[in-house]
Amino acid sequence: MSTFPISIPRPVHPTGIWGWFTTVDHKRIGILYGVTAFIMFLTGGVEAILMRVQLAGPELDIVSAAVFNQLFTMHGTTMIFLAVMPLSAAFFNFIIPLQIGARDVAFPRLNAFSYWTFLAGALMLKLSWIGGATDAGWFGYAPLTSVAQNPGTGIDFWIISLQILGIASLAASFNFIVTVINMRAPGMTMMRLPLFTWMSFITAILLVLAFPVITVALIELTFDRYFMFNFFNVANGGSVVLWQHLFWVFGHPEVYILILPAMGIVSEVLPVFSKKPLFGYKTVVLAGIIIAFMGWMVWSHHMFTVGLGAVANAVFTVTTMLIAVPTGIKVFNWLGTIWGGSIRFTTPMLFSLGFIAMFLMGGISGVMHAVSPSDAQQQDTYFIPAHLHYVLFGGAIMGILSGIFYWFPKYSGKMYSERQGKISFWLIMIGQNVTFFPMHFVGLDGMPRRIYTYADNMGWNFWNGVTTGGAFILVLGFLLVVDNIGRHWKNGEPAPSDPWDARTLEWSISSPPPEYNFEEIPIVRSLDAWWETKQGEAHKEVPASGGSGENGHDIHLPQPSYWPFVSAAGLFIAAYGVVFNDLLIPWGLAAIGLTIGFVGVYAWSLEPVNDPEEEDSTH
Amino acid sequence: MRLQKISKTSFLIATTLLTLLITACYPDHNQSTFGPQGPVAKSQLDLFWWIFWGGLVVFVLVEGALVYAMIKFRVRSESDIPAQTHGNTRLEIIWTAIPALLLLIIMVPTINGLFYMYEAPKTTKPEHTLEAIGHQWWFEFRYPDPTNSEKEIVTANEVYIPVGYPVAINLESVDVIHSFWVPKLAGKTDMVPSEGNFMWFQADEPGEYYGQCAEYCGTSHANMKFKVIAVPEPDFKSWLQVQSNPALESSDPLVQEGAGVFKSAGCTGCHATKTVVNKGSKGRVGPNLAHVASRRNLAAGMLRNSDENGSVNAALLQKNLRTWLQDPNEVKPGNLMSSGAQVYTDPDKKLTEEQISQLVHYLSSLK
Repeated sequence: MSTFPISIPRPVHPTGIWGWFTTVDHKRIGILYGVTAFIMFLTGGVEAILMRVQLAGPELDIVSAAVFNQLFTMHGTTMIFLAVMPLSAAFFNFIIPLQIGARDVAFPRLNAFSYWTFLAGALMLKLSWIGGATDAGWFGYAPLTSVAQNPGTGIDFWIISLQILGIASLAASFNFIVTVINMRAPGMTMMRLPLFTWMSFITAILLVLAFPVITVALIELTFDRYFMFNFFNVANGGSVVLWQHLFWVFGHPEVYILILPAMGIVSEVLPVFSKKPLFGYKTVVLAGIIIAFMGWMVWSHHMFTVGLGAVANAVFTVTTMLIAVPTGIKVFNWLGTIWGGSIRFTTPMLFSLGFIAMFLMGGISGVMHAVSPSDAQQQDTYFIPAHLHYVLFGGAIMGILSGIFYWFPKYSGKMYSERQGKISFWLIMIGQNVTFFPMHFVGLDGMPRRIYTYADNMGWNFWNGVTTGGAFILVLGFLLVVDNIGRHWKNGEPAPSDPWDARTLEWSISSPPPEYNFEEIPIVRSLDAWWETKQGEAHKEVPASGGSGENGHDIHLPQPSYWPFVSAAGLFIAAYGVVFNDLLIPWGLAAIGLTIGFVGVYAWSLEPVNDPEEEDSTH
Repeated sequence: MRLQKISKTSFLIATTLLTLLITACYPDHNQSTFGPQGPVAKSQLDLFWWIFWGGLVVFVLVEGALVYAMIKFRVRSESDIPAQTHGNTRLEIIWTAIPALLLLIIMVPTINGLFYMYEAPKTTKPEHTLEAIGHQWWFEFRYPDPTNSEKEIVTANEVYIPVGYPVAINLESVDVIHSFWVPKLAGKTDMVPSEGNFMWFQADEPGEYYGQCAEYCGTSHANMKFKVIAVPEPDFKSWLQVQSNPALESSDPLVQEGAGVFKSAGCTGCHATKTVVNKGSKGRVGPNLAHVASRRNLAAGMLRNSDENGSVNAALLQKNLRTWLQDPNEVKPGNLMSSGAQVYTDPDKKLTEEQISQLVHYLSSLK
């Protein structure tokens, strides 16, 4: 067995901040993702509020055109890549191993690496505000992103941070795919997987297939910008429509990546708080798979006005309308779940019910877009942000909020304030509708998107004012959420292992779970394994860590490591080195960063196992 | 009792929402898609109404079922365990088949509408086939020269069309992607560099129709607007005739001074005052100014020169010209004149107040 040239021992039971830097525990990594992503979500919210203040009335001068254009670009990029996706990842991390009866993910150090790499990409993107952030839209259409149009570093930071974020996402996805396939507890067949794990599994597969497309597109753009290539340069035979195709072949599966985990959360919460199983589990799983598959066939509906011609538009119209079918099935199955149930209106349940109501509305406006002749009027107007915020805010964010409250007892070990939770739900629900519903009006009234101001005589003043007002209601709602979660994480009532009388395995262990999750790996005999266990024992109170009573002494856990952090730090430095490739030595900083990253990965592969409780095992 | 209260509240909310919905269509607003004035926009709106009413029915039914379920099946006793129904295959088949069927039905008028908007009527005349070229941040328009098939007539930011005739437009761009959108006449089509897109529309009534760029194109995307002005065909022909003349030359010494400044300040580098060019020739960096004084707006729809019926108000025109010349960046942040013309980039060559007045005098004579 070879070792690293200089023998660097692994950290042994690190505490405090070192514990967080070197952790490979999926639960801690989940919390890191969640807190980081929520902070990023709030920065995206600030970007939104600044835009809404500027648009509250006609011809205002709160922010300049240049800043506004950076704001909407950064808001979109932040919310998609730094908020919704990593918030979902937070739940993948914390919940999936618990739901499948495992002690950790398949590759714990890779898991830590994913988080630190995500942080690197997120920091790089947010720091790009200094010196001028990217202003070409989150979708970065060529040739706005060319060096000729955009010589500054904003676009470069955007490109490189997306690539870094892509590495993080891919690493995480590989990890979760292998974890779900290989580490399920005995008896947990795929068709006994909790729905959240199923949807996350599908999402991970989508990620693995979709990210390479944008990676290639971004590499081509990088070569255009740095090495005078001509992929998107029409003067030399390139095509700007090529960028759009590449971007949207990624971009459309991306929106399913954004929504499927939230749909998974809703599919967990509704049964628990209706005291009934998910209606048509098999169908909901199948619908998720069909949506993921069909999601590859609709991308050009984002390009209906680009001039692909009637035939191409007709094909994508048809496929886009058809994808409404499996989506509708899910909504009906959720209705079937609560129908005939015994519904408790807790905060997570309210958010999940809100998800259904809002996502339905977003789905209906989506069908309106699918009809490409009328989309010719709707495209690039406020009608589109109306649709997308109903599905992404009313949908994904509400679903995630549902998860934040539902699993709060499990990850924090405390109970939040139910009363405060309900108030924040209503503020967010009302705020969402007051903010985004009027966008349908001004869109159909002729207001284009991505404009930093509008004339006084267009008739758009009133509804823009209303939208801005709604945004502040949302701010209030989120302030209450932050306070509720933050305060009670520290000082809340201790939570029992199963405060909700729930159905899945994560509720069979203490809140928060012990480091090793399960004292004994459970044997699964059915869907809703924990519920069935409870029924079998005639509602007998199950001790928080039932089992062998050995207090986890013989359980071998993955050990902490420095190297994921070091490798990610190397990537971070290399990324800056790519943008600032002409400091002292050309590409010098990039080389340094890559070297550090390389050393990190090398050490990682060879690092010794030195669990002091292990006397004679070699693995 | 509680059920009654919830029903009353729901009814109140529903009526408020419906009233809001209906009153939120403003057909008379300048760019409202609810006030179509031509067959293409009308056909697109008709399709929208189909989906809207269908969507409303779905909304009422599904949200209604949701609200009903929330009320009827709320928890009555904590120890209640309802029947653990796992599913109902027949129901699931029904609620898969019905939406699929409804969508298939909508597909028919949709596909028809699609092919309608993409194929100009066979009656479209060659003299009503124009070119629209996108620039950052203004619109160039070219008309075929009726007297010479090798030539085109160039103008900017206002496109006159004959009422009641289909007009075909070939769309191009010299820099980034823009979009040509005049909501009351037709949905938009993008102006993509090197792609050569096409659209057609028709105005059924004479009038001034508001248009705006609808594809984010950089700093002043918000400031890139145009007007489609539909007039009876004889008026269209005479307008085109006037457009084909080069800029008026005046014997007024003040105007001539201004013309001199126009040359010495370098304006002619980007702005032409002759409008007839070879077909397919490269455009200029700035809008053609040969007849700028007859345009209802300046700076691509940013400054209004005229009153509602379209006649240019000389005082307004001069004020607007002055505003623009004093600081184009105030009107259109990032514009190429402020960043490219010597008189703005070089403090030594800055235009004096007198020069600006002379230019205003000259430009307002270019009717």
